[in-house]
Amino acid sequence: MKVKVNQQEVETAATSLSELLQSLGLPAKGVAVAADGRLVPRAEWDRFGLAEGQTLVVVKAACGG
Amino acid sequence: MFSEELKNYDWEETTARIQAKTADDVRRALARRRCDLDDFMALVSPAAAPFLEQMARLSRLYTEERFGRTVSMFVPLYITNSCTNSCVYCGFHVANKMKRTILTEEEIVNEYKAIKRLAPFENLLLVTGENPAKAGVPYIARALDLAKPYFSNLKIEVMPLATEDYASLRRHGMNGVICFQETYNRANYKTYHPRGMKSDFEWRVNGFDRMGQAGVHSIGMGVLIGLEPSWRTDITMMALHLRYLQRHYWRTRYSVNFPRMRPSENGGFQPNCVMTDRELAQVTFAMRIFDHDVDISYSTREPADFRDHMATLGVTTMSAGSKTEPGGYYTYPQALEQFHVSDERSAREVEAALRRVGREPVWKDWDAVFDRAVAQAAV
Amino acid sequence: MEKLVIAGREFSSRLFLGTGKFSSNEQMSAAIEASGTEMVTVAMKRVELGDAEDDLLAHVRRPGVQLLPNTSGVRDAEEAVLAASLAREAFGTEWLKLEIHPDPRYLLPDSVETLKATERLVKMGFVVLPYCQADPTLCKRLEEAGAAAVMPLGAPIGTNRGLRTRDFLQIIVEQAGVPVVVDAGIGAPSHAAEAMELGASACLVNTAIAVAGQPVEMARAFRMAVESGRAAYEAGLPVSAASMEAQASSPLTDFLG
Repeated sequence: MKVKVNQQEVETAATSLSELLQSLGLPAKGVAVAADGRLVPRAEWDRFGLAEGQTLVVVKAACGG
Repeated sequence: MFSEELKNYDWEETTARIQAKTADDVRRALARRRCDLDDFMALVSPAAAPFLEQMARLSRLYTEERFGRTVSMFVPLYITNSCTNSCVYCGFHVANKMKRTILTEEEIVNEYKAIKRLAPFENLLLVTGENPAKAGVPYIARALDLAKPYFSNLKIEVMPLATEDYASLRRHGMNGVICFQETYNRANYKTYHPRGMKSDFEWRVNGFDRMGQAGVHSIGMGVLIGLEPSWRTDITMMALHLRYLQRHYWRTRYSVNFPRMRPSENGGFQPNCVMTDRELAQVTFAMRIFDHDVDISYSTREPADFRDHMATLGVTTMSAGSKTEPGGYYTYPQALEQFHVSDERSAREVEAALRRVGREPVWKDWDAVFDRAVAQAAV
Repeated sequence: MEKLVIAGREFSSRLFLGTGKFSSNEQMSAAIEASGTEMVTVAMKRVELGDAEDDLLAHVRRPGVQLLPNTSGVRDAEEAVLAASLAREAFGTEWLKLEIHPDPRYLLPDSVETLKATERLVKMGFVVLPYCQADPTLCKRLEEAGAAAVMPLGAPIGTNRGLRTRDFLQIIVEQAGVPVVVDAGIGAPSHAAEAMELGASACLVNTAIAVAGQPVEMARAFRMAVESGRAAYEAGLPVSAASMEAQASSPLTDFLG
């Protein structure tokens, strides 16, 4: 299925959020994920199912004042 | 609640700290842009006595900066002397064999009219004893309602009330509350107020929090000089209380009073200490240097000449032509007063004297026209 | 020097550091070290897929340093709540520098949205330090909403113009029941010292250090300035000469006899 991760289209076979993050090589620490504008707490990543066309945002630390 | 904060300040220790202040501490306090409580202690301490002239200069400067050359005028009206308390120093003491009066509605209105004939007073202070059963919140509310056609700014000086009572009186047009803690000495408080509702220190001292929580616009505080020989400590505690209230209820205006008891000539309660004019002046200057914005109020307890001078040096609010007996302006001109008035001049005479020393008496400085509490009640 | 306490946590240093605009992570890390700071802000950004970038947090995190994630980039309270939730999840801290600036030119904070967001975030358990206008009334409202500190601006962010809001900062400091951190506009150590002298609890500095000729040296300079300003405040500054007029010839207190 196709999902959007940080505005890039990604074709994936992953079914859970954890699997997706792993397949994209994203670190498990120091990041947070929102799906369709809502936070998905880390504890829910394993059971959070993906859906066609979902919009995911993955953020991490950046420099800033 | 302030009673919790007060627990951090031991009476004896604070007294010792004030006594230990030196001329250097006073110089430091006078040189600071913003004084803290320790500076205030220095300014009210005996060590500050030789600095009176400098303190007067600073006090006048700060007062003129914030208030201009004005003095806000108010008039007190006692509507009842009925009281269930037994404050050892008070003329309304429950055991005092005297005629008790609770003014009727008609009498109250007659008083209002009589006051308006004296001077263009707009700031009215309604005073009662403490008798919730016979002259409680509904009675006070009624007196406020009746006052509205005559006065634009209504304050009360009554027993401490519950938050919802303050809120309800606000809807009857009450703009301010004055309540004297009398003393912050928890241990001795009960000696002066042995029985009745007023014997509850916590209820009284936390009343100011309740006023703040009810959104009262103006809160007046005071300690009665003559109870505690270490009055410097009492005034320091009041300064602490003032800072506390300002921090928590920042929408409210504050005023302070330091009423002095005078030695009794007719065998009544003899004050435990007598504060001299110099000392009262020192305390007044200290308060102004400590807080540039607080209203400092002098009643007619103070002598005429002293009041006139102090009106140019720090005092910003004054009563004039006061009668301290219920119905004293019209109904019962001869009744027994609560305390003896020193400044016996008429309001017009006080006005003229203030003008002579370059001060503009202000009769009206507030109109509750936009007050939502009042507006909602009217709908 | 008195310890600074925010939300029950003690700080020995009153200099907070922003991590933006440094030329490298190494330089930023060295500046953090030299500044002696115990509070460092970080922002958030989208992860670039397939990018094996250096982990910023590794350069920031160290014992005794509180991470202060900001919500930079959000435009209203709604977005701020999402950003805050993401920050809490990513960095494992409830501390939050709330900044909402819909205006892209001057990055000035939106007071209305900031107050709304503070109310909501406090209820969600965040330790909220809102970046705000130097507006004394707003600061009291933020305090009532449960802000752990207020962070009024000295001048528009990044301008290095110093305390243009000085008179208002003074009132905020006088009235505040929570620590006051002067944020934005501090362009030189003398500005930071001035803020501390007038009683601010701390300063947040970023641009002035990050873009200095030698950021590490500048971080050290700010450290000294903040300490010196605070020490002066605690020692008690004398009033300005204007209010200490010389003794006049006719004393005011003669009537007292």
